[in-house]
Amino acid sequence: MSEKVSLRSVLFNPLSRNNPVVVQVLGICSVLAVTVKLAPALVMGLSVIVVLAFSNVIISLIRNTIPTNIRIIVQLVVVAALVIIVDQLLQAYMYDVSKQLSVFISLIITNCILMGRLEAFAMSNKPWPSLLDGIGNGMGYAIILVIVAFFRELLGNGTLLGYQVVPQWCYDHGYVNNGLMILPPMALIVVACIIWVQRSRNKELQE
Amino acid sequence: MKLNRQSNVYTVVYIIIMVVVVGAALAYTAMALRGKQNENARADKMKQILASIHVAPAQGEKPAEVFDRYIVGQKVLDASGREVEGENAFDIDVAQQSKLPSDKRLLPLFVADVDGATKYIIPMSGTGLWGPIWGYISIDADGTTVYGAYFAHKGETPGLGAEIEKPQFSDRFDGKHIIKDGVFQPISVVKPGMRPTGNEDYVDGISGGTITSKGVSAMLDNCLVPYRAFLTSVSREKK
Repeated sequence: MSEKVSLRSVLFNPLSRNNPVVVQVLGICSVLAVTVKLAPALVMGLSVIVVLAFSNVIISLIRNTIPTNIRIIVQLVVVAALVIIVDQLLQAYMYDVSKQLSVFISLIITNCILMGRLEAFAMSNKPWPSLLDGIGNGMGYAIILVIVAFFRELLGNGTLLGYQVVPQWCYDHGYVNNGLMILPPMALIVVACIIWVQRSRNKELQE
Repeated sequence: MKLNRQSNVYTVVYIIIMVVVVGAALAYTAMALRGKQNENARADKMKQILASIHVAPAQGEKPAEVFDRYIVGQKVLDASGREVEGENAFDIDVAQQSKLPSDKRLLPLFVADVDGATKYIIPMSGTGLWGPIWGYISIDADGTTVYGAYFAHKGETPGLGAEIEKPQFSDRFDGKHIIKDGVFQPISVVKPGMRPTGNEDYVDGISGGTITSKGVSAMLDNCLVPYRAFLTSVSREKK
């Protein structure tokens, strides 16, 4: 029974209470870069979930064979290989999105969430909890990405996923898209707002 | 005997096996997806060529079909304006050709038919601030007036040099002349408010993207000059 509860928390804790972006403040770089529009943010989030889940499982499967003095290298090789495969798949099946994300897919390799999870969790846990941990943390990252991209695209372009959502009469009455939202600093400010909301709801996170 | 996981031999063997396995997996994915990726790259190139004549494939339309509808001919020329046999214009690496001396280059040319009017599309390739830039420029049947242009870049600064890929920039080329009063002069890109030293037509560059703008200017110069013989002969025929 107790194991069930802990598996649940492994999967769902990263979504809010232990979120990699807003609580541990990891992976901020890509949050700034890929959240101008919703569509690339979704693909990026999905890619991180896939890479994180698979690398967690693979590292967990071979954790007992890895020589300790080269374990970081082994982790990096596994992550890099998975990222390259994801990048190749995107180039083959979602060419336009991969052009937009360009270098940021490759930069998943350097995303600290991945190394953090591999080193802290997968190296010392069985494959099944590692899979859940990877999916959980990936989703925690993706959720923040999607929330930030939602506000930036809505306020910056008046669109969502490329479709116009702010009606024309708003513009006729003097509403103007906020160009500042498209610039990177606003991503940080939106992240800060999310952190603010989350801390005020979770008293135990307040310092 | 228990395996010593901390020994050097174990570590080295471990690394070798890992590299072989990972290398094989990556090589396999790359090979398996190569065809699909090349197809995408070709479709993307077609879209770029079409953008220079202000045509964009609609949602769900195959770029290849639109391309075949508008592009009625593909030729490869030499510097004297004669057609070279046995070359495929679409597959020529313009970036490589643009580095050769202008009389040794193979010059691809796409002939488009826009609502009954003939346009010549010339591919270009050059260097911006951080990396390669390239583009396509379409010229009216008279060989003197620019009909449209399209520019793209690999990694220019967003918001500055990267603005060259936006229509706001490329549309400035519409209607400019590359043959003016019978003299062949590629268009210059100059700082806003300035004028070029010669008599040529010019467009405003991008503020804050000076080196990219200069790159575009140099690219126009480098890639249009070899077509001089062809364009002058076309413009004479039309007179």
